[in-house]
Amino acid sequence: MAGEKTVETTGLLGWIDRRFPLSKMFKEHMSEYYAPKNFNFWYFFGSLALLVLVIQIVTGIFLVMNYKPDGNLAFNSVEFIMREVPWGWLIRYMHSTGASMFFVVVYLHMLRGLFYGSYRKPRELVWIFGMAIFLCLMGEAFMGYLLPWGQMSYWGAQVIVNLFSAIPFIGPELSLWIRGDYVVSDATLNRFFAFHVIAIPLVLIGLVVAHIIALHEVGSNNPDGVEIKEGPKDAKGRPIDGIPFHPYYSVHDLVGVAGFLIVFAAIVFFAPEMGGYFLEFNNFIPADSLKTPPHIAPVWYFTPFYSMLRAITADFTWVLAAASVLGAVALFLRGNLRGVWRIVVPVILLIVAVLLRTIDAKFWGVVAMGGSVVILFFLPWLDHSPVRSIRYRPTWHKYLYGIFIVTFLILGYLGTQPPSPVFNLMSQIGTLIYLGFFLLMPVWSRLGTFKPVPERITFSAH
Amino acid sequence: MIKKLLGVLALTLTCSVAVAAEGGYKLDNAPDRINNMASLQNGAKLFVNYCLGCHSAASMRYNKLTELGLTDEEIQKNLLFTTDKIGDLMTIAMTRQDGSKWFGAAPPDLSVIARAKSVNLGPTGVDYIYTFLRTFYRDTTKKTGWDNAVFPSVGMPNVLWELQGPVTHTVSHIHKGEQDGKTVWQRTSTTYDPMGYAETSTSVLQNYRGGEATQHTFKSPDQSVFDNNVADLANFLGWMAEPDQLFRKRLGVWVLLFLGLFLVVAWRLNAAYWKHVK
Repeated sequence: MAGEKTVETTGLLGWIDRRFPLSKMFKEHMSEYYAPKNFNFWYFFGSLALLVLVIQIVTGIFLVMNYKPDGNLAFNSVEFIMREVPWGWLIRYMHSTGASMFFVVVYLHMLRGLFYGSYRKPRELVWIFGMAIFLCLMGEAFMGYLLPWGQMSYWGAQVIVNLFSAIPFIGPELSLWIRGDYVVSDATLNRFFAFHVIAIPLVLIGLVVAHIIALHEVGSNNPDGVEIKEGPKDAKGRPIDGIPFHPYYSVHDLVGVAGFLIVFAAIVFFAPEMGGYFLEFNNFIPADSLKTPPHIAPVWYFTPFYSMLRAITADFTWVLAAASVLGAVALFLRGNLRGVWRIVVPVILLIVAVLLRTIDAKFWGVVAMGGSVVILFFLPWLDHSPVRSIRYRPTWHKYLYGIFIVTFLILGYLGTQPPSPVFNLMSQIGTLIYLGFFLLMPVWSRLGTFKPVPERITFSAH
Repeated sequence: MIKKLLGVLALTLTCSVAVAAEGGYKLDNAPDRINNMASLQNGAKLFVNYCLGCHSAASMRYNKLTELGLTDEEIQKNLLFTTDKIGDLMTIAMTRQDGSKWFGAAPPDLSVIARAKSVNLGPTGVDYIYTFLRTFYRDTTKKTGWDNAVFPSVGMPNVLWELQGPVTHTVSHIHKGEQDGKTVWQRTSTTYDPMGYAETSTSVLQNYRGGEATQHTFKSPDQSVFDNNVADLANFLGWMAEPDQLFRKRLGVWVLLFLGLFLVVAWRLNAAYWKHVK
């Protein structure tokens, strides 16, 4: 008929394909998307993150059917779900375990990117979309955590929203605007609920789509950091080192899914509280605005950043100011900044050094916490290593990565603990290592003797 | 004035919670009886008889007790004191306002108290309840006439005193002191007799090697019977904090078995596809 497209498919699929590019999309993203053959264990976490997202959305829908976003009803409505809603306990535990497992999976997914240089040109946007997903996830987790309306929900939100009041000039008004009240209250609960179930999930799903489209545009990186598109091709122009995502990686990821679900189910059914780290025990006490708990700590996935927040004391700003001055001098004398930037950047650093000593340390704590996440966005431009993959970097680079990972874990542990002088010193050292790792990356990432990168990926048949 | 006093009292109470939470008293391990129906039934009976007067368990329905092997009739006949409908929640008549007026702080709802009192990777809330209920002693200087070693200055009196009988409590504290201008280790022992009158004695310890230490002993007739009852009560509170926990664990075994099977299938399917990839 006039106006109809000619397509290869017939029947119902043909009917659809003439109106909607179903087969074309399936081919582009699944059966004719060529992924490198040499994916290893670390490549499970991308598809697992998608799985957890689906778990969170589906269980979330069922929770919303019974949850009451009301300061007087919220706490008991969660217990109502746990006791009276058929299978409510399972849905709730899947959602609470899913929240923590989301971060486990995403942290490992990001670490994979770090190891194999998956953020390097031309994959900068894949990384940036991914980082935006991570930010959304943090917001989603933070706002979702208020909903059970327990003591930790309440006071955790109180502490974090109060951080905004440290911003000079607009701070107090800003935190009031976020809360919608002078303390965390019913108004806060309702707006966090709206963000948690509608606003952020919408953005999150959009970003996930963008992340995958960007990835499929440039193609997947791999543990060798070699472009398969630049390698040999077969008669039809397909990369020999690539393999169709479907069915090869769909069945491969199925193994990952099975392994992940075993861990997931073991937690849900046998340790849903995970020793008080996935479900904090204090959160089984209803929120009480008159009773501050003796020790307020965020959930484990925020603790590395929380540690950095607490690390910035008035004394410590001397160290940071000194580091800024050193950085300014080094950039002016040795940096390869061109033209006016050679003056501007060091001057900015000097101004920062002065401000570090004039603005309240609490503000700089917030800056350190925010900065430690924001800095990750710039990773594609911080890494100047001539090779992508850690496999072909100098051995001491691997130690640096090791130190970074251990530091991150220690900061995470310290964030769960009540402050003490020794712990504070440790988190200050940890903060310096964390920030130094990234800020000095343009320097250290190009130093050392790099190993020769193979022309093609290393793959041995299973 | 009264409000101010109550405020101060509430503050003191919060502070004492903080002290207790910091681990002032080493908690005993409660016996694990979560699978023992007789123990849970006894705990339910004790809970309804001794706790439910002042504490509610507003997330808990009476007929949920049928899962402990009790019949509707048994619950109706023996356990319904505050209501007459078996489908009702375990609420109480006392308001929170009255509670704070009478006890200094409103008695908390006990639905999930066993979870709330757990410590990260540490003792469970059941351990806390088990220890807390066994460390009451008479102290004439306190408002209620009672004090507690786990939760000092607690607003709650020893409601289980009938079951426990007269208690003698001794707390001995080893600390540094002064004697003839020299620093020495001393032991200060305070014994509270069953009427709540305290007697304190201090002695100097010769050749003591160690640090500061505090030891509590409680003596009452039929201690083991009482401990057994409290263990059942704590056990019940642990069950009530999550009544579906037994089913959850049973189901979990089947889910894991299924997923194990799924893993094998997925693994072989993957191997079958990748066999030909060179």
